[in-house]
Amino acid sequence: MSEREICLSGTGVSKVFGFGNRKTVAVDNVDFNFYSGELVSIVGESGSGKTTLIKMLLGLTSVTEGEIQFLGKKRDIRTRSKKKEYWKDIQAIFQDPFSSYNIFSKIDSVLLDCIHMRGGRMLPKAKKIEMMEEACRFVNLKYAEMTNKYPFELSGGQMQRLMIARIFLLRPKILLADEPTSMIDACSRATILDMLLNLRNETGMTIIFITHDMGLAYYISDTVYIMERGKIVEFGSADEVILNPQADYTKRLLSDVPKIHEPWEFSKRNQTPPPQTPVEA
Amino acid sequence: MSKIMLEVNGLTTKYITRYNESVYAVNDVSFQVEEGKSVGIAGESGCGKSTLALSLMGYYFPPLHYTKGDIIIDGRNISGMDPDDVRKNILGTEIAYIPQAAMNALNPTRKVIRFIEDVIWAHDPKISKKDIHDLARERFETLNLPEDTLNKYPVELSGGMKQRTVISISTILSPKVLIADEPSSALDVTSQKMVIKMIHDLMELGYIKSMIFITHELPLLYNVTDDIMVMYAGQIVERGSADQMIFDPIHPYSKGLMGSILVPEDGTRDVKITAIPGTPPNLKKPPDGCRFAERCQYVKSQCRVQNMELAGLGNGRTSRCMMSEEELREAYKNE
Repeated sequence: MSEREICLSGTGVSKVFGFGNRKTVAVDNVDFNFYSGELVSIVGESGSGKTTLIKMLLGLTSVTEGEIQFLGKKRDIRTRSKKKEYWKDIQAIFQDPFSSYNIFSKIDSVLLDCIHMRGGRMLPKAKKIEMMEEACRFVNLKYAEMTNKYPFELSGGQMQRLMIARIFLLRPKILLADEPTSMIDACSRATILDMLLNLRNETGMTIIFITHDMGLAYYISDTVYIMERGKIVEFGSADEVILNPQADYTKRLLSDVPKIHEPWEFSKRNQTPPPQTPVEA
Repeated sequence: MSKIMLEVNGLTTKYITRYNESVYAVNDVSFQVEEGKSVGIAGESGCGKSTLALSLMGYYFPPLHYTKGDIIIDGRNISGMDPDDVRKNILGTEIAYIPQAAMNALNPTRKVIRFIEDVIWAHDPKISKKDIHDLARERFETLNLPEDTLNKYPVELSGGMKQRTVISISTILSPKVLIADEPSSALDVTSQKMVIKMIHDLMELGYIKSMIFITHELPLLYNVTDDIMVMYAGQIVERGSADQMIFDPIHPYSKGLMGSILVPEDGTRDVKITAIPGTPPNLKKPPDGCRFAERCQYVKSQCRVQNMELAGLGNGRTSRCMMSEEELREAYKNE
């Protein structure tokens, strides 16, 4: 374990909204270590501070207390230019694909921007198109169909896949995925999850996956963090946490998830069929 | 054989777009629900689940239009009835509907008890206020909802509480059929379980006689309903008991759907989840023959020509496929 490189870590990270007696502690003194190439899931109910934590990691909100370390050094994003530099290494996919795009720019320019951001501004046009085609192929979209379209002409699943194509071009060190599959149906969910796994395997990216779905977290992740009311109550490898939970909160969450091998106590699946009473003549 | 509560025969409804094209989102759907039973409807987004739910109410508003077919609730045909008549005599007493974002339906400036008064007075204006309050209080008590909820404003309730309140308001007149269209998809797992527990109690206590439950979350469906129907492109492709459908699907589309189930249980991690390639057909011009042919792994040339009807397989199972049960099982085994 020790030879693995720590990619992103935090000590005593807190976020407090408001002050005085109107204070809300959204994230409460959490410590975490995310190793490079790891797929981490942060699981919690709504209001547990998952999204606030992600926003702090992205640098979209300030950290009230504590320190975030990036690649072993203290993270420095105090100026605009440093922030831009930081965002080359850390990128995000959000929950709602419909609000993630600029509705005025075409899909080509969405992808072109990514190439430009990686310093490919001076590349010949043919090379740029080749790169865009490769990215589209990676996410099973046809580049020829994508050109000259606006993002809102795509379906939710296609938009989310296009988002992954962006990440494929940008090659950040860390990808933060904030419930990317909660707004699309179960079938396209499988495709998106497979793509994220492929992305991790191909580029060695660290993926931090936020979800409230235990089944999904168990399937996709190496390490699982469970958050309750701003605190991390349990963490460990997926098998440890999901199959052998220690914290009461994790146990409760797991008992509330609908399962197919051990149904809920009141489910009809537990009832034996009523004995057939012979019809009285 | 128990009494049939809801019978649907060849129901077809369409959307008319602004270019005057007809989109048949529900196409020749027939099924029955017996008293005390619940049926789940599963399928991808855009396969007509929610439209079927809307169509079953018998209350149509543009762009949705009724085309043909019968909806028979407890022996009474409600299709083709006058909309005002449906509103007055059917909705609420015979059939109740819980939409996806039901909790947003509560007017924030009115107390919960006012909604209950509204619902009851819409059907019988003569009932006294006291009777309504007694009925509401009794109903809330049996469903384990705190009694003071009645005198609260919707904004004072949490998401899960709001959803449970809406469900108890819409079932206050003890409808014969409850249609729940993803009632728990906006909630977290704990509130979801409470909502489902409440729907279960409603069934047990006999306040609702039968239920249709729509969701794309298959493990949830397995825990809630007796039977599961799978819809594809406006048609029902397979129906069977929950156990049969989850562990032993026969139709290739159901098989594909069941491949995407994710549950936090031992051993599920090693099984790779699969997605069905491709997208559903455009319902403006549905393809000839089997609608799933384009995406089916086991497609034969005949599939694209011949229309298939739902065929019984015994044990109350039906499936809409060219290949017989044995042929399909053989094909799955060879994978």
